[in-house]
Amino acid sequence: MNSSNATAMTQPGVPMKVRNVSKRFGAFTALDNVSLDVAAGELVCLLGPSGCGKTTLLRCIAGLERQDNGALYLGDRDVSELAPQARDYGILFQSYALFPNLTVEANIAYGLAGSNRDVVRKRVGDMLELVGLTGSEKKFPGQLSGGQQQRVALARALAPSPSLLLLDEPMSALDARVREHLCTELRQLQRSLGITTLMVTHNQDEAMLMADRIAVMNNGKVEQYATPQEIYDKPATPFVAEFVGQGNWLPFLRNSATHAQVGGMNMRLADDAGRAASGRLFCRPEAISVNPLLHQENLFPARVREITFLGNRCRMSFELNHLPGHALTAEVGSQDLPRLGTPDIVVALPPASLQVFA
Amino acid sequence: MAAEMALPLTGKIPRQTSRAELGDRIFVVGGKLLLLLLLSVAVLMPLLAIFWRGFSAEDGQGGGWVAARELVTSANFHWLLGNSLKVSLSVAAIVVPLAYLFAYALQRTMIPGKRIWRGLSLLPLMAPSMLPGIALVYLFGNQGMLRGLISDNIYGFWGIVLGEAIYTFPHALMILLSALSLADARLFDAASSMGAGPFKAFRSITWPGTKQAVFAAFCLVFTLTITDFGVPVVVGGDYQVLALEAYKAVVGQQQFGRGALIGMVLLLPALFSFGVDAWLRRQQGDSMSGRAQVFKPVPSKVRDRCYLAIVLLICATLLLVFGMAVYSSLVKFWPYNLSLSLNHYQFNDTAGGGWLAYRNSVTMALCTAVIGSAVIFTGAYLMEKTRSQKGLNLALRMLSFVPMAVPGLVLGLGYVFFFNLPGNPLHVLYGTMTLLVACTIAHYLTTAQMTATTALRQLDSEFEAAALSLKAPLYRHYWRVTVPICLPALLDIMRYLFVSAMTTVSAAIFLYSPDTILAAVAVLNMDDAGNVGGAAAMSTLILFTSAGVSLLLARASRGLLRRSQAWRQGAPAP
Repeated sequence: MNSSNATAMTQPGVPMKVRNVSKRFGAFTALDNVSLDVAAGELVCLLGPSGCGKTTLLRCIAGLERQDNGALYLGDRDVSELAPQARDYGILFQSYALFPNLTVEANIAYGLAGSNRDVVRKRVGDMLELVGLTGSEKKFPGQLSGGQQQRVALARALAPSPSLLLLDEPMSALDARVREHLCTELRQLQRSLGITTLMVTHNQDEAMLMADRIAVMNNGKVEQYATPQEIYDKPATPFVAEFVGQGNWLPFLRNSATHAQVGGMNMRLADDAGRAASGRLFCRPEAISVNPLLHQENLFPARVREITFLGNRCRMSFELNHLPGHALTAEVGSQDLPRLGTPDIVVALPPASLQVFA
Repeated sequence: MAAEMALPLTGKIPRQTSRAELGDRIFVVGGKLLLLLLLSVAVLMPLLAIFWRGFSAEDGQGGGWVAARELVTSANFHWLLGNSLKVSLSVAAIVVPLAYLFAYALQRTMIPGKRIWRGLSLLPLMAPSMLPGIALVYLFGNQGMLRGLISDNIYGFWGIVLGEAIYTFPHALMILLSALSLADARLFDAASSMGAGPFKAFRSITWPGTKQAVFAAFCLVFTLTITDFGVPVVVGGDYQVLALEAYKAVVGQQQFGRGALIGMVLLLPALFSFGVDAWLRRQQGDSMSGRAQVFKPVPSKVRDRCYLAIVLLICATLLLVFGMAVYSSLVKFWPYNLSLSLNHYQFNDTAGGGWLAYRNSVTMALCTAVIGSAVIFTGAYLMEKTRSQKGLNLALRMLSFVPMAVPGLVLGLGYVFFFNLPGNPLHVLYGTMTLLVACTIAHYLTTAQMTATTALRQLDSEFEAAALSLKAPLYRHYWRVTVPICLPALLDIMRYLFVSAMTTVSAAIFLYSPDTILAAVAVLNMDDAGNVGGAAAMSTLILFTSAGVSLLLARASRGLLRRSQAWRQGAPAP
């Protein structure tokens, strides 16, 4: 995909609003009063485990499912009750849904019916150029690779200049090697076109790589809606903390404004940590320093249980001496391994990295 | 990318949203309502008419509760019922094991010439059920060629059983073939790695996977036999069965009520087996996972020779019977003048319909194939691919399953009763080609629809959503994408409907008028009039027409696949 110079001629996208949308399938609540604002030109990822309602939300926005309550706005139009044809969006399906009996050209021109033939031909040529597949007009989808098929499907979705682009697990049919590359390309193209985009994925790496903002969903609700960095650094709920990235959980009892009792240890908390009297502390593995060279706060003795080699880094499973039976993980650079020596180590849990959940 | 490249090119492409939406509403809702109307008139109302007719005690019709009690308690009825049950159970007990062996040979062994055996085994589908009976008369009748081989003549129990066995064999075979075509090689590898021999593997893998199909085949053969009167009318002699009695009550004695009562009795085994089959299907669920590996038989000399012998024996029998029918139609005057001639094909000189009947049959079969496949496939598409109107979809689905459980004889009776109702504005259709076509489509609806549904389910379920997001109307998408992809299945449905329409006699026998007499009916009439040579000739014509059209359509399908190979070959597996 070629979009290096496209920033100059972006089409201002339109904002999209989801207001209190609910959807039930029998006894199962797929969407529970969901609201979501997507700014013009923004790329938002709906991230969550299967069954969390992300695909249902996408299908409601597309008009392929009808919500039980709530409203959907595209720009200033209320599209809640409109048929899919009247909503003005393009969609890229997981399977791409390219029509196998039509050529690439006919697939892309599918949504351009009613325009004059030369306009259509020019448009198809432009779209193929946009996705870097010029010259494939006469091929059939089955003669293209998975990545190429994805581009054709994208060109087809974008050809009628929709105001909104919906992506339904667009990368899941591709193998891991091309995935990251295509993610970056898709992101660049989206940014250069400035088209408002909503993407559904269960893969947090894709979401992190592409999204302006991520809406983490669980049980039909949006648990947190924030930038990727915020989601990772400041998970709003235990579910988000658990679902995005790795983490350690430590049970605690508050014993002062600044300290918490964890097993036989007294841990210092950051000043802005929550006020809960008891609950769990959350800590990312890479925030834990093992045998730190400099003096740090919250230093505790521990014992290594297992080390897993992961290439440039290692995952270390350990137990705090004052909290036996509770496995924690830390990540250390591979070059630091020899420094560890004996299984008896000292770990530092920096106060700023400890997040409090009630 | 070129620097002047911009997405919104020459303004927005004009859209026809409202027109497309309106068109789709007409296509989807209108199509479904139309289908509902057709199914009500062609399936539901005739069935209701049977019950109405059976229980209304009009004078001289032989119906009503009193007549029903009399019928059920009469010795004659017990005799007929006993005969029917004996024949049907015997036929099923003979045909199902043979068909299982035959299907097993084709799917799980490495015998040579599989395509030939398969083609030969389908022969009985191509001719009316009277043909095996006629051939049996020539083989084992009083002046039969092989009369000396048996002590008694063929008329009676064994004649019916043999004729029905031949007639129902391919029906059972098709069910078992498809059941045996599904096999997961991984299971057999696992079994042999645990030291299971072929017998144990069969008992623990093949049999559990196919026993439901065996039951289904048994029920189908039983139902086909108990409701068929083509064979008994030819070789039954004094051995009477229920189906023949219903036929005679309506056609011979105009006792519509009595016919309806017997029709209801004949409906019972079909309804019963349909219910049990549906229940079993739910119990079993899907046994094949998507990751199954296709089973490929390994060579085994002893096994292959045994199965080849069985297959050869069955095919030889079929060839003997069908060859006999063709040969007898060419013989000048059996058994005194065995020189060959086309005398029996001079239909104009004999009673029974003649060439008019043949022309009518071809017209009827063509109309049934073309109209039927269009209506059935479009209906299946609307039911499969549109989600709104849930209640309507459910009603359509249930209605289109009904014909499977209704024997042609019963459906035909229902048509007689419903379209003959005084005051029914549709009465004008009675005796017309339109009604014959409608009845035939309704009769063979379920199988055709299941073929269509299977083909449609293999398409990406997001195709329609993609088309809608591109603002393309559904009817255009159906025509441009769905129909071209499913064309082979569509041709298959056409072939099935054509052949069925050519050979059917069970329902049509009640519905024809002198102008719309059909070839299969003519066979029955000529045989009745003692013109067995003419009946054989007409059967032979039907046989060759059906076979010829089947081959033609198979060829068209192959050519089509070759022409569309460019996109079919590499197309992502659905």
